[in-house]
Amino acid sequence: MAGKASLSDRIVDAILYTILLILALACVAPFIHVAALSLSNQAAVAARQVGLWPVGMHFQNYLFIMADRLFINSFGISLLRVVVGVSLGLLVTVITAYPLSRDHLYMPGRTIFKLLMLFGMMFSGGLIPYFLALRDLGLLNTFWVLIIPLALNIFNVILVINFFRGIPQELWEAAVLDGASHLQVLFQVFIPISKPVLATITLFSSVMHWNSWFDGVIFLKEAVQWPLQSYLYSKVTTRMLQWQTAVSAEVAGQTFQEATPEGLATAMILIATIPILIVYPLLQRYFVTGLTLGSIKE
Amino acid sequence: MTELIRTSPSVLLAEKTARATTTRRPPFRVILKQHWMLYAMLLPALILLALFHFYPIWGVLIAFKDYSPVKGILDSPWVGLDNFRRFFESQNAWPIIRNTLFIAIGKIFFVQLAALVFALMLNEVRIRIFKRAIQTATTLPHFLSWVIIGGIMVQILSTTGVVNRVIGLLGIAPIRFLGRPDIFPWTLIFSEVWKEFGFAAVIYLAALTAINPELYEAAAVDGAGRFGRLFHITLPGIRPTIVLMACLSLGSVLNAGFEQVLVLYNPVVYRTGDIIDTFVFRVGLVGQGGMPDYGLGAAVGLLKSGIGFFLILLSYWLADRFANYRIF
Repeated sequence: MAGKASLSDRIVDAILYTILLILALACVAPFIHVAALSLSNQAAVAARQVGLWPVGMHFQNYLFIMADRLFINSFGISLLRVVVGVSLGLLVTVITAYPLSRDHLYMPGRTIFKLLMLFGMMFSGGLIPYFLALRDLGLLNTFWVLIIPLALNIFNVILVINFFRGIPQELWEAAVLDGASHLQVLFQVFIPISKPVLATITLFSSVMHWNSWFDGVIFLKEAVQWPLQSYLYSKVTTRMLQWQTAVSAEVAGQTFQEATPEGLATAMILIATIPILIVYPLLQRYFVTGLTLGSIKE
Repeated sequence: MTELIRTSPSVLLAEKTARATTTRRPPFRVILKQHWMLYAMLLPALILLALFHFYPIWGVLIAFKDYSPVKGILDSPWVGLDNFRRFFESQNAWPIIRNTLFIAIGKIFFVQLAALVFALMLNEVRIRIFKRAIQTATTLPHFLSWVIIGGIMVQILSTTGVVNRVIGLLGIAPIRFLGRPDIFPWTLIFSEVWKEFGFAAVIYLAALTAINPELYEAAAVDGAGRFGRLFHITLPGIRPTIVLMACLSLGSVLNAGFEQVLVLYNPVVYRTGDIIDTFVFRVGLVGQGGMPDYGLGAAVGLLKSGIGFFLILLSYWLADRFANYRIF
C-alpha cells in the first residue's frame, strides 16, 4: 500500500521477521531435538552433546520398540479406535443434527431435547460419578469404553445443525416432493453437499481420538488394551524402568546395547507424532471452521 | 408456495406455514405417525445423553453419601454435607483452589496476549509464503497430546536438558523447572503458551482479514504510519473478537489443564501445582494409601462443575450481551 518503504519501516520489518522466525523455530526445534536424541548413541546423549542433529546415529531405539509387542498392539488399538470412533461419531452427529435443523417442521419435544443437550454440554457430574456410571454399564475394561461414551459430540452436532440450516429450503422440498423419506433426504441430498463441515469434523475428531490417553489409563486395567498414547503415558511417567526389564526378556536373543530409556521415550514420542504430521496439511485447510468447534468447547 | 405445500405428500403436513392457516395443531398421535422417522433419528442421541450425561449426574448423589461400592448408590447412608465439610476443613482446600485459579487465569491471560501480539505481527508480513510457513510451525503443537508434549518437556526442561544448556551459556545455573514449587506453575503456564499461542492466533488472524482494506488505503492517504494504522484501524477492527474471547474465557477459569498437570507434576510440587482436577483424581479414583474416597472426590468434583456451570452460563450471557455471539 505504501509506495516506497522508508528506512525506519524496513528496520521495523526486519525486526518483525526476525522475531517471527525465532518464534517458529522455538515451536519446531524441540521436535527436531527429540528426534536427534532418539537417534544418537548413549555416550553422546549422556555427555549432552546432542543438539539438533544426531551424534553417532543408530536405529536401535526404534528396532527395540518394533520388537515390543505391547507397543505394536497399542498402535493397532489406536488406529482401530480412530476408524471406529470417528465413523460412529459421524453417523450419530448427522442423524441427530437433521431433525434438529428442520425448524419449519412442527415437532413437539424438539425444544426440550435441545435444552437437554445444552445442559448435558455445560454441566457434568464430574470424574467420579462418570467412572461409576461406566462401571455400572459394564463398559470398564472393554474396547468400547473408548468409543461409545464419545459417540455423541454435542459441539459437532451444533456445527452440523447450523450447516444443514444453511442448505436452501428448495432442495429439501424438491427431494420430499419426489417422495424421499427423511433418511433418504439426509443421506442422498444433505450429506453429499455437506462435505466441508463433515471433513472438518472427521479431521478434528480423528485427532481427538488419536490423542486421547486419560480414558485408556483409568478405564482399562490391562496394558494390552491400551491405545498408543496411554501406553506412552505409562512409559513417560515410570521412566521406562519396568519396561526395559520386561521387554528385554521378551526379545531375548536380540541385544540392543545402544537403546536407552531416554532414547526409547523419545523414539516413541516421535512415532506417536507422525500420524498427526501426516494429516496436518489437511488440518490446516480447515483451521477456521475447526476453530468454531474449538472455541465453544469448555 | 402455498400451492406446493397443499399438494405435497403427507410429510409436509406439519409445515409451519400450513399450521398458521389452520387453527388447530394436529394431535401428537398424528404427528408421530407421519414423522416417526424424525423421532427415531433422535433416539441414539437420546440414549447416549441419558447414559453418559444424565446417569452420571444422578450419580452425583454420592457426594452427599458415605458411598461404599458394595452397597451401591441408593443404599449407602446419607451424610449430608459431611464430604464438603471434610474438604474445607482439610489443609488441601485453599491451596488447591488458589492453584487452580492462578494457573488457569495465568494461562488465559498469557495465551491470549501472546496470540494477539503474534497475530498482529504476522498481519504485517507481506510475503505470503513466509506467513504461511510461520503459521504452519506455530500451530503444530496444538494438535499434539499432552503426553507427547509432556514427554518432550521432561526431556528439554530437566536440569541437564537442552533448555538449561542454553541458559547455561549465559552463565545461569541450571533451573529445576519441574521440581521447584515456586517455578512449577510458571512452567505450566508457559508450556501452555508455547503449545497454544499459534492456534489461538487463528481466530485473531481471521478477524484481521475481515477488516476492509480500503480503510488502510484511506489511512495511508491521510499519512498514517504503521503504528497509526495499528491503533486507529487494526485494533478497533478486531475489538469485538477481543471482547468475545475475554467473555468466553470466563467459562474456563476453573480449568487449569488436567492432562498437562497430570503428565508434568510430581509430589515435590503438589504445594503449588496440585489443582482441583488432579486432587479429585488422586483422592477419588487412585486412592492415597488405601481405598479411593469416592464421596470426597465426588463432592469436590461437584463443587467444581456446579460453579463451572454458572461461569459458563455467565460467559455465554456476556458474550451475547457484548459481542452478539450465540452458539445456537
